[in-house]
Amino acid sequence: MTHDLDGLLPGLDVIRKDFPILERRLADDLPLVYLDSANTSQKPQVVIDSMVDHLERHNANVARAMHQLGAEANEAFESARDTVARFVNAPSRDEVIFTKNASEALNLVANTLAWADGPLGVGEGDRVVITEMEHHSNIVPWQLLTQRKGAELRWFGLTDDGHLDLSNIDELITERTKVVALTWVSNMLGTINPVAEIARRAHEVGALVVVDASQAAPQLRVDVQAVGADFLAFTGHKVTGPTGIGVLWGRHELLAQLPPFLGGGEMIETVAMERSTYAAPPHRFEAGTPPIAEAVGLATALDYLAEIGLDAIHRHEQALTGHLLGGLADIPGVTVLGPLDTTERGGAVAFEIEGVHPHDVAQLLDSRGIAVRAGHHCAKPAHKRFGVQSSTRASSYLYTTPSEVDALLEGIIATQDYFKVR
Amino acid sequence: MDLDSLYQEIILDHYRNPHHAGLRDPFESEVHHVNPTCGDEITLRVHLDDGVVRDVSYDAEGCSISQAAASVMADLVIDKPLTDALAKHEAFLELMQSRGTIEPDEDVLEDGIAFAGVSKFPARVKCALLSWMAFKDAASTALATDAPKEDA
Repeated sequence: MTHDLDGLLPGLDVIRKDFPILERRLADDLPLVYLDSANTSQKPQVVIDSMVDHLERHNANVARAMHQLGAEANEAFESARDTVARFVNAPSRDEVIFTKNASEALNLVANTLAWADGPLGVGEGDRVVITEMEHHSNIVPWQLLTQRKGAELRWFGLTDDGHLDLSNIDELITERTKVVALTWVSNMLGTINPVAEIARRAHEVGALVVVDASQAAPQLRVDVQAVGADFLAFTGHKVTGPTGIGVLWGRHELLAQLPPFLGGGEMIETVAMERSTYAAPPHRFEAGTPPIAEAVGLATALDYLAEIGLDAIHRHEQALTGHLLGGLADIPGVTVLGPLDTTERGGAVAFEIEGVHPHDVAQLLDSRGIAVRAGHHCAKPAHKRFGVQSSTRASSYLYTTPSEVDALLEGIIATQDYFKVR
Repeated sequence: MDLDSLYQEIILDHYRNPHHAGLRDPFESEVHHVNPTCGDEITLRVHLDDGVVRDVSYDAEGCSISQAAASVMADLVIDKPLTDALAKHEAFLELMQSRGTIEPDEDVLEDGIAFAGVSKFPARVKCALLSWMAFKDAASTALATDAPKEDA
């Protein structure tokens, strides 16, 4: 099989050496074939080292410790904010809010829009529009918001080939629409959505655009200004950073109008027993001690990705995805869910094997050292749309090689043999 | 990794040809259980008569382990006194939680002993238990009701 695909990252062997876990041997001394990066990415040594160094040498609380270590920790935390701002091309560093993960970032927006007075507030008769391909974390917060406020929840459906069905966009996005929340890249179908075009239509009626970039940030260049988002969320652990930290970017004039999310230390201006006043963004939305070492790790991760180059990473993903889609098409009994054109999709490929349940597929592959995800991938409505309960998903990243894709393809055939469906 | 200890031939046979599948009348209670992490689902009905499990019928969607477990469970409890059926549930639960340390009793669990290997795969234990948990739930609900229901 060919191993010199066009578009692969140069120096892939060197990049792989950055990720110590890729040296792991699994049961039966099998090498790890990690194809679950859309679930969580692996971490390069520099990210691990930066967090260890912070904890070993600079650990203190931020913003309130009046000593040298405190100043160092604060500097590290706030410079991580600068790094994130650069990574998403934010006009201002004060537009970057650190959260626990992308789910918390999306909940922060949905909740503060529910509580907001004035023009931003979502109330009775207002409409929120989402899509049928969202991760549960970009569905449930909007269900909670609309149910609590007597607003209406509508959604874009999907076409048979896994794209958003935009044929009724004029019916969905109307003067009543206050929020359009959508994913940039589907975690199940892999589809890359025309976010900028939808944002333009949403802005024509004055709606806010909330973009879930959890799957986009690892593999596409994120430019919040070019995409026309009002809010954008992603999580640290999918961009080679640690778990426990996510990012919400929001336009400053909007953040300034929103009420606090969680109450506590750090988010206040002054507190009296009767009432409090609140800090300006971003600190208004960061109650309590933040994930400091995690912010340091995230900043290192984003610098690492930026140095390799997001465009180069995207080309690498497209090359591997093309190789995988081509191989899957050659195996009878295998059906891919989502677009088959690599230019329209990211590096997560969900598929079905006729006659074998995804759990059993994943179990068989695991016995060969191949890690994939099986289940509904927190996208039950999208699975239902395609008439399936669950699927198997293989997802590559910048450290994935064509031979790992080949190992998966061989593993799928071995799975069919084991369950006697070939 | 001992895949064949997980996928015993008995399990694969039950998966391919599940016993007692489909929803039937009469029944006193019907429950719907879901495994939220993977999406496996089962709708299960229990018909009790005079302390005896007269029928267990089900409509299940899921992996080979969950499907086979439902088939074996129905074999084990139908036409047994409820107390015996619940004792089998306890024995199966104990086996599943044993991490491979228990030698199962074939007199009690019959084909269910094939699941001993599943207990060594913690991620799959919940698959094997889905139908049993549904049965226990449905049986206790049925005990609290009187007349059999007919499908509306």
